[in-house]
Amino acid sequence: MIVPYSHILVLSGLLFLMGMVCATTRRNLIMIVVGLEIMLNAASVAFIGAALQWGTLDGQAVAIFIIAVAAAEVSIGLALIVAVYRRTGSVDPAVLENPSA
Amino acid sequence: MTVYAILFYILAGLILITTGLAITRRNMVHTVIYLVFSFFGSAMLFYLLGAPLLAALEVIIYAGAIMILFLFIIMMMREESPETRLFVPRQWLPAAAIGLLYLVLGVLLILSADPTTGEPMKLAQATPAAFGEYLFNAHWLTIEIASLLLLVALIGALHLGREGKGGDARKTEETS
Repeated sequence: MIVPYSHILVLSGLLFLMGMVCATTRRNLIMIVVGLEIMLNAASVAFIGAALQWGTLDGQAVAIFIIAVAAAEVSIGLALIVAVYRRTGSVDPAVLENPSA
Repeated sequence: MTVYAILFYILAGLILITTGLAITRRNMVHTVIYLVFSFFGSAMLFYLLGAPLLAALEVIIYAGAIMILFLFIIMMMREESPETRLFVPRQWLPAAAIGLLYLVLGVLLILSADPTTGEPMKLAQATPAAFGEYLFNAHWLTIEIASLLLLVALIGALHLGREGKGGDARKTEETS
């Protein structure tokens, strides 16, 4: 016997909240992508807990697709950050507010 | 309380503490190192919840590949983090307000949920062979779509990573 499913939901919710706070408050493009990664990981924790709770493998299948999407997202995101850094020499999201820079 | 429940609470505390440390570091290399610890904790949690294949993939892809990619990009940048102040009040206040609302709603939802979710879960494990067979039988189309997505991401990253601006690169390609 492990813990009730609601405890796993609380853990996953707190992790998602931390990722959201990181993505919204940090003024750094890399930290925004890190926040997205934390949020995706929190979602897969909830899915794997659900797979155990209801005894089906669907939750684990969704978690594996979340990992694939996270890999695609991070490669595109970091390529975009490198492109922005080459153009402006900074990773501050404020430089994107002025399109002529 | 069983030994598995104690393991879960230790792992949950470890994951929350390392993630909290990661998102408040000014030095981005420290952030990545703390996140590796956080993802290792998640991998152990996945194993505890009966998903050994996903635990291995979490270590290999998240803690290995993705975090090393972050380290490469951080080391490519000459400067340190551009932030002079870590939490600007103008951005911190909306984040705190939305987060608090979300927290209250989440707690209310979990408290009012189906009573069966309040009972402790039974221990079970999906062997990698059974999981793989299920995945390729029931979700083969989704796997094809995911592989297409990864191909598109590969081409997109190659295009974005080229030297010079997009228009110029296309022009030189046509003339050559």
